Amino acid sequence: MRRDVFQAIADPTRRAIIALIALHAMTPNAIADHFNMTRQAISKHMKILTECELVKPDHKGREIYYQLEIDKIKEVDKWVEQYRKIWETRLNQLDDLLATIKKAEK
Amino acid sequence: MNSDLLFDFSVNRENKTVRILREFNAGIDLVWDAWTTPELLDRWWGPKPMVAKTKIMNFEVGGRRFFAMISPDGQERWFLQKFTSISPKTNFKTYNTFADKDENPELPGSDWDLNFSEQNGTTKVDITITNESRERFERIADGFREGFTLGLQQLDELLLTLSQK
Repeated sequence: MRRDVFQAIADPTRRAIIALIALHAMTPNAIADHFNMTRQAISKHMKILTECELVKPDHKGREIYYQLEIDKIKEVDKWVEQYRKIWETRLNQLDDLLATIKKAEK
Repeated sequence: MNSDLLFDFSVNRENKTVRILREFNAGIDLVWDAWTTPELLDRWWGPKPMVAKTKIMNFEVGGRRFFAMISPDGQERWFLQKFTSISPKTNFKTYNTFADKDENPELPGSDWDLNFSEQNGTTKVDITITNESRERFERIADGFREGFTLGLQQLDELLLTLSQK
């Protein structure tokens, strides 16, 4: 199944996980401690986040530390920023047109 | 843009919606015309460096606007907007899809809900865009992105060509 970034961040728990590990890399147990959820449920979320490449598992001995892929997160922001820019530019152009028409009518 | 005029842009990923609020320093009659008349739409829809060209438009319920956004190198990206509901100078709704040049829609699409209101000579436009699928939501900026990045790509290619000599 194809995973995409937007599917990953559509879920509120996953967004909370992202916010949590943005501070520092964490093990699944440490993450589970922050939520009223089983370790199993957290693992499922981590699997999706890993498949979307939003987090990267780092094996240290017998523990897995998940860390945030900052560049991938930035990509998401960039996408929203691009769309925002489109509308901003477009609506500013409408501003200019309205001003031109109003001037011509005077 | 007058800095006193509102511009708000927000994305709700769970609902796959984008909401855009914008005020204009003009009366509702003029703003409504600018959104519903092809000759006026083509003068501002762009956005720069792209230009919009409306090929067909009949602004009535069941009617459509079939238009292209043309990038500086002449590439055309076609869009189809069907008017699903119209309340003059208050609201209109459209169903939007990407399309090919022969007007074949690429499903799924998105629903646009546009509300117009005037207060003290300022007109507020409140737009909600709801995407039918996550995939569509993700692709929302397609076509524009191409136009915006084109200039840089051309530069890349030029540099590559030059460096190979």
